[in-house]
Amino acid sequence: MASEEQLSAIKRAKVLMVGAGGIGCELLKTLALSGFQDIHVIDMDTIEVSNLNRQFLFRQSHVGLSKAKVARDAVLRFRPKISITPYHANVKESRFNVDFFKEFDVVLNGLDNLDARRHVNRLCLAADVPLVESGTTGFLGQVTVHLKGKTECYECQPKPAPKTYPVCTITSTPSKFVHCIVWAKDLLFAKLFGDKNQENDLNVRSSDTASSSEHSEDVFECRKDEDIEQYGRRIYDHIFGHNIEVALSNEETWKNRNKPRPIYSKDVLPKKITKENGDTEKDCATGDVSAMASLSLKNPQDIWSLAENSRVFIEALRLFFSKRGKEIGNLTFDKDDQLAVEFVTAAANIRASSFGIPLHSLFEAKGIAGNIVHAVATTNAIIAGLIVIEAIKVLKKDNNNFRMTYCLEHPSRKLLLMPVEPYEPNKSCHVCSETPLSLEVNIHHSKLRDFIEKIVKGKLGMNFPVIMQGASILYEVGEDLEEDMVAIYDANLEKALSELPSPVTSGTVLTVEDLQQEFTCSINIKHREEFDEEKEPDGMVLSGWVEAPVDKDNNKPVGNGESTSNALPSEEILEGEKDVEIQEQSTGAETVTGKKRTLSEVDGSRNQKTTENLDDDDEDELVISNDWESLTKKKRV
Amino acid sequence: MDGEELTEQETAIYDRQIRVWGADAQRRLSKSHILIYGMTGTVAEFCKNIVLAGVGSVTLVDERVVAEESLSANFLIMPEENLYQGKTLAEVCSDSLKEFNPMVHVAVQKGHILTFGVDFFEKFDAVILSCCSLREKKWINQKCRKLSKRVAFYTVECRGSCGEIFVDLQDYKYSKLKKLEETIECRIEYPSFEEAISVPWRALPRSVSKLYFAMRVIEHFEPGETVTDDLPGILKLRKELCETNSLDESQIPDGLVERLVRDIAEYPPVCAIVGGILGQEVIKAMSGNGVPLKNFFFFDAMDGKGLIEDISGPSTGS
Repeated sequence: MASEEQLSAIKRAKVLMVGAGGIGCELLKTLALSGFQDIHVIDMDTIEVSNLNRQFLFRQSHVGLSKAKVARDAVLRFRPKISITPYHANVKESRFNVDFFKEFDVVLNGLDNLDARRHVNRLCLAADVPLVESGTTGFLGQVTVHLKGKTECYECQPKPAPKTYPVCTITSTPSKFVHCIVWAKDLLFAKLFGDKNQENDLNVRSSDTASSSEHSEDVFECRKDEDIEQYGRRIYDHIFGHNIEVALSNEETWKNRNKPRPIYSKDVLPKKITKENGDTEKDCATGDVSAMASLSLKNPQDIWSLAENSRVFIEALRLFFSKRGKEIGNLTFDKDDQLAVEFVTAAANIRASSFGIPLHSLFEAKGIAGNIVHAVATTNAIIAGLIVIEAIKVLKKDNNNFRMTYCLEHPSRKLLLMPVEPYEPNKSCHVCSETPLSLEVNIHHSKLRDFIEKIVKGKLGMNFPVIMQGASILYEVGEDLEEDMVAIYDANLEKALSELPSPVTSGTVLTVEDLQQEFTCSINIKHREEFDEEKEPDGMVLSGWVEAPVDKDNNKPVGNGESTSNALPSEEILEGEKDVEIQEQSTGAETVTGKKRTLSEVDGSRNQKTTENLDDDDEDELVISNDWESLTKKKRV
Repeated sequence: MDGEELTEQETAIYDRQIRVWGADAQRRLSKSHILIYGMTGTVAEFCKNIVLAGVGSVTLVDERVVAEESLSANFLIMPEENLYQGKTLAEVCSDSLKEFNPMVHVAVQKGHILTFGVDFFEKFDAVILSCCSLREKKWINQKCRKLSKRVAFYTVECRGSCGEIFVDLQDYKYSKLKKLEETIECRIEYPSFEEAISVPWRALPRSVSKLYFAMRVIEHFEPGETVTDDLPGILKLRKELCETNSLDESQIPDGLVERLVRDIAEYPPVCAIVGGILGQEVIKAMSGNGVPLKNFFFFDAMDGKGLIEDISGPSTGS
């Protein structure tokens, strides 16, 4: 296998690894053993306890340190003579530009989110450097080779969109536990501990909207004359009692649904529960505060009773105010914040109890709330081995033997590791081909800001966009801009497209460019007067790009790339208006993508394929293996 | 399950995998005891995987002293330990392995595996063999089968771009989740190693991996360790075996045999892949979670396929 020629190609090669997590640790080890001598590793993350079951280069004593740096030191212990350059940094930083990427013979991705994958894909295309992309979820994994002009790029095929839930399901008519989690995390937690100025749908809409919003004005503020427990009980009664009563008054809603049951604290809790010494305790480190600990609840796998959940709710709220008061107003939900997870679990369970939905343990609730990825060491090790095999083919310019390989949980036609020929580039890919896009928009209503946020950043994934109409620049960002230009651009942001200094009209072609990604798109603008609020909430429709199928109301977080420590910003509520949907983030669902894609590919109906929820249930596995069965008939190599 | 709960530390460290196989499976895994013979690069990968996963204990047997070639694909051996100080491969590997997970007991057993008695094997739930001769594989497999309790038996071997795993779980029962609450009891019967390799080649379907036959030829060739000079001898052996089994010699291509004879050094990506699959299989059998493979697995980096073959006699046929 290891011929002289191959060995010298490996020794000469300069490779870039993006990600030093689950796949990254295995990959760095296998690269070093295989004879690679110049390896660069970028990872912005620090080590966490939950990494230790698979990221074998890390130990308990490394918790909190840079993954890239510790991984380097660990590998140098068994291969001291090679060069490993670690970067404890975000790959999206501007220093990792096209020139930086051009230095490498191949780039290897072991990432955990869609955003960074797209970014690296564009830089590799711009720098014309081959990319080996990978992902794992539980026992499933996938490796692909992206070589400009030869095989598809990472964005040639649609990626699953974040799961979304209709707002009214979350605020008024939850039917699954995940709805209660989203409510507890995105609405309640955000309202009580997050930015007070953010719009929030916490109070259910009743037929009498005016009075309920008036009522909500100060209900979440702690009053001067109440102690924390009283405050907690008042919040409890308001959200689990009063709000449910208000919702019940809207009888139309409950014609075909089971009515929820209002729950008041006096019915489930004793009159006074707070310990006397409550307020004398000092502020201490975030990790040390736990409602479970103070209530002597030990096993996170246990399902608490309604009374226990209620105690955790009150206690967690008390601890936030008494121990972590300074953070209130700035908190966002973080799955690694024990107290936050306890609060969200308890609140979701009380709500579930009210709506007759089965309760869940903290362990399960944490998984749902944090979109935690299933991950085991073996799959990562296998995938890393496959990455190195493909990387060596890339170095040998063995372009006709590239394979896309799936790692399966159950064999399909005897295959547990299934190689298929890579796909050709998608000719209408908006990233690797030069197909123009078109945008239908009301040029008199939509502002430049809407266009940038919803289309340029939201859909095209650009970070530092420049918007041009012919030779005139409508907008750009950058550190070295003149002040007066910044003022002009800021003013432009608030103008409707047709009112810009060089007005955008129907038929205008806008050029959108990200200088860092060296990625340019042309967008043909078409004016349209009306948009369907429900189906087209953006008020604009982009066509000609590879759009992700929308995955609605999945009850399990769909698996995503390995490692989760790089948590995305927590879920956003998109302008809490009636028809807008609450978004559940899922990081780049790499493996899942491949499976869905190949299925639709075989059907010959690429973009129409509705998404199936792929998880570890047997039923779904059948879907997967059928898919691979049909795939192998055509594509087997 | 067993009434014992996972500790807080276990729950925190194993969080991500408990989400894959559940707390009960994790508890069973943590009570399993694994015996490993032959510290190759592939076995080092395998050990890493099961120690991280949290088996109860791992016992290593390998009396060889550390030599230059043992470093090549084995990340458990640090080059500064080149001084060896008379340490055996098992001892050096055990020192590194201990660090991966303080909750797993890693031990070294001195002596040659053929000298160990019944009461020794009885202490384990799984036995994994590497770098063994045909005779040793058969002998230890038989020993495991005679024990009063079921001991899972595996062999693993990687040569260059190729790797092979053999699995004998004897009479294996597991429950499969069918639709929500419903579970069905399933049973798989495995042939012993000897039974499996005695299945006449002509009785096997034509689609059986050529690697299966090629590995049997290599295995029959004594003294075991091959060098390029052995090629003519091995090709002669192939001819004989094919004649006895009425198999066309073209079923074991020259190129493949040559590769297996010439590239005996382990190839690290293949070690990672085969060690990963073996780790997964042992975890499945020890935790009672998932359908184990029956009974051979092959990987060849040349075509990238990871293939399962069921080679069973008529009594244990599928």
